[in-house]
Amino acid sequence: MTATTTSARSELSELGRSETALRTFLHGLPGVDQVGAEQRAAQLGTRSIKTTAKAQAIDLAIRMVDLTTLEGADTPGKVRALAAKAIRPDPADPSCPHVGAVCVYPAMVPYVAEVLRGSGVHLASVATAFPSGQVPLEIKLADTRAAVAAGADEIDMVINRGAFLAGRYKEVYDEIVATREAVGDAHLKVILETGELATYDNVRRASWLAMLGGGDFIKTSTGKVPVAATLPVSLVMLEAVRDFRAATGRQVGVKPAGGIKTTKDAIKYLVMVNETVGADWLDPDWFRFGASSLLNDLLMQRTKLTTGTYSGPDYFTLD
Amino acid sequence: MFEYAPAPESRSVVDLKPTYGLFIDGAFVDPTDGGSFKSINPASEEVLAEVAEAGAQDVERAVRAARKAYEKVWGPMSGRDRAKYLFRIARLIQERSRELAVLESLDNGKPIKESRDVDLPLVAAHFFYYAGWADKLEHAGFGADPKPIGVAAQVIPWNFPLLMLAWKIAPALAAGNTVVLKPAETTPLTALLFAEICQQAELPAGVVNIITGAGDTGRTLVEHPGVDKVAFTGSTDVGRAIARSVAGTRKKLTLELGGKAANIVFDDAPIDQAVEGIVNGIFFNQGHVCCAGSRLLVQENVADRVLESLKRRMAQLRVGDPLDKNTDIGAINSAAQLERIRELSDAGSAEGAERWSPPCELPDRGFWFAPTIFTGVTQAHRIAREEIFGPVLSVLTFRTPAEAVEKANNTPYGLSAGIWTDKGSRILWTADRLRAGVVWANTFNKFDPTSPFGGYKESGYGREGGRHGLEGYLNV
Repeated sequence: MTATTTSARSELSELGRSETALRTFLHGLPGVDQVGAEQRAAQLGTRSIKTTAKAQAIDLAIRMVDLTTLEGADTPGKVRALAAKAIRPDPADPSCPHVGAVCVYPAMVPYVAEVLRGSGVHLASVATAFPSGQVPLEIKLADTRAAVAAGADEIDMVINRGAFLAGRYKEVYDEIVATREAVGDAHLKVILETGELATYDNVRRASWLAMLGGGDFIKTSTGKVPVAATLPVSLVMLEAVRDFRAATGRQVGVKPAGGIKTTKDAIKYLVMVNETVGADWLDPDWFRFGASSLLNDLLMQRTKLTTGTYSGPDYFTLD
Repeated sequence: MFEYAPAPESRSVVDLKPTYGLFIDGAFVDPTDGGSFKSINPASEEVLAEVAEAGAQDVERAVRAARKAYEKVWGPMSGRDRAKYLFRIARLIQERSRELAVLESLDNGKPIKESRDVDLPLVAAHFFYYAGWADKLEHAGFGADPKPIGVAAQVIPWNFPLLMLAWKIAPALAAGNTVVLKPAETTPLTALLFAEICQQAELPAGVVNIITGAGDTGRTLVEHPGVDKVAFTGSTDVGRAIARSVAGTRKKLTLELGGKAANIVFDDAPIDQAVEGIVNGIFFNQGHVCCAGSRLLVQENVADRVLESLKRRMAQLRVGDPLDKNTDIGAINSAAQLERIRELSDAGSAEGAERWSPPCELPDRGFWFAPTIFTGVTQAHRIAREEIFGPVLSVLTFRTPAEAVEKANNTPYGLSAGIWTDKGSRILWTADRLRAGVVWANTFNKFDPTSPFGGYKESGYGREGGRHGLEGYLNV
């Protein structure tokens, strides 16, 4: 890290001390032109990824999947099965890589932890009263600590959107900092819930706020509101992590979540990562997909590439 | 690293003949007194086809065929029936768009994603748009019963072969004129495929005539006394010569000539999108665009930041095989154009501007030029004044909005300009003061058939596109 980024980093860490400083900084970020951002995202979506590039992309995408189930109906049996699948997504093909992580509610963490131990697959848990975050801070922090104690090494927190939209940036920042402390050595992913932030300017500001607060990852969505991850939103977030690293030297990961169902979708995201932030982020440590049905489509496409034929969906396990 | 495997569009959709005649009076004919020339693929220098060169007698035949069709068939025809043919042509263009796009990329060198996603959709849209006007001319604002002019001689450039053809032919035919069109000598093939589409649409013979050849053929055509209207898109020098030759005749003239557009980036601009706009402004179509944003005027307090982002973005540009679907920048259209770009770029370095290109490997065969920017450029440099017509951007800085406007207008050209700012009021203030036919705000190189296009000063006169585009083809 250069001297300038070190000093920039300490200057930026001062911002959280005052509401005014935070506001001045966040509102001073360059605006995002909606039409232009959407056009750029659409252009990147027209890249044609074939043959060897496609095979490479599929394996990378599998390694980046946060295999997720966040339902009231989740059972220990179901999450154990999911964890087993995370370790060996394609039982018929040992060359198929394992996924990045399994993502479950805190109550399900102990069952998953048993299965994943020693596998290299991370265990993520949503916390902070996911998905709404509408509980007092002490409960959010207790929720977080419990998930870590049960064995989660990645915590997906939600930001306080009400405070953010009302312009109470310091409140949002303080909650992120407090959660950062509560997670200890675990990785912190900060869910912006971009579908509720409404504008790309807000997405950029919330991204910076999450990074300033100490998030290791910024994540688009909970998957529980109508609008989840989109390509333009992810583009704006990728630009934010790129600019943040240039300013501070610290690299932050990005996780689009919700609504990414097909291999084609996943490849569009990988192209966007490749051409926006480059190879440094093309790694499960720095880019993840929050998804459930995506994995089966990736496996189907992978089988198609290796065997030349499509097998029906019945050949892949439903979870 | 994530390397994209080659993703070539198949060229088998194009059925190229080894030789092409002239399209006169509804049929392909051999030239009576002309020779022939070869059209090559600028990405590989392979010969694509041999094309007839029209001489004076061929021009005579073509103009006579157009005159006959104007007097006997097309002029008297009702607007509704003319529309029927134009709609039919538009639909055929859509149906055959893949074939046309591949041929356009082969003959011109532009990337397939551009001919597929920009050129062809716009070509079809122009025919659809003007087809709609054909039976509504009395509502166009040019009098109760506006009449066509007669026979139009149309000479078009090589940068957007089919799109320029559409810009010329669609309004001419909608208004009731017949045409003799000469495509550029380096890119005649899609015009000849368009001639086949006219046959397929059963367009009456002589309404559209396409004669191929170089400068001499074009000169003979525009100087022909049987022509009532001349429309030209191309260089300012040739435009001047045409204006001289037409002076004193009854011919009506529209010219769409060169440009040296300013793309102005203010300090409150959305930077990431502005960088996209700068890239699109100068590297779209290898910079072979008359309205290209070839001068970047960036406010000095954000210049470093914008340039850093721009260089990072330029490093992502993929230069190479025009038929690869992932290619962003294709081949330079001809050896002559490549020579001109090199000469002006060398002048830029010699005059003291700082040259930069991203690392990029260029193919061995064909005509290629890496995307290039020059910083430290002043108004006096040749690269800030002359149209380069290639992927070369001159970067200048400004301190105040007034200085930006002064620099933007300090050129003999006036075709287009771009403004990047988050402030609506600043967009309006700046646009009011720019002497350019088209001003884009927070975007660049956007085209639409409903929008008029044309220049100020040495960028020409007359408008193409929109309701305004009808005026050049009506006797008003």
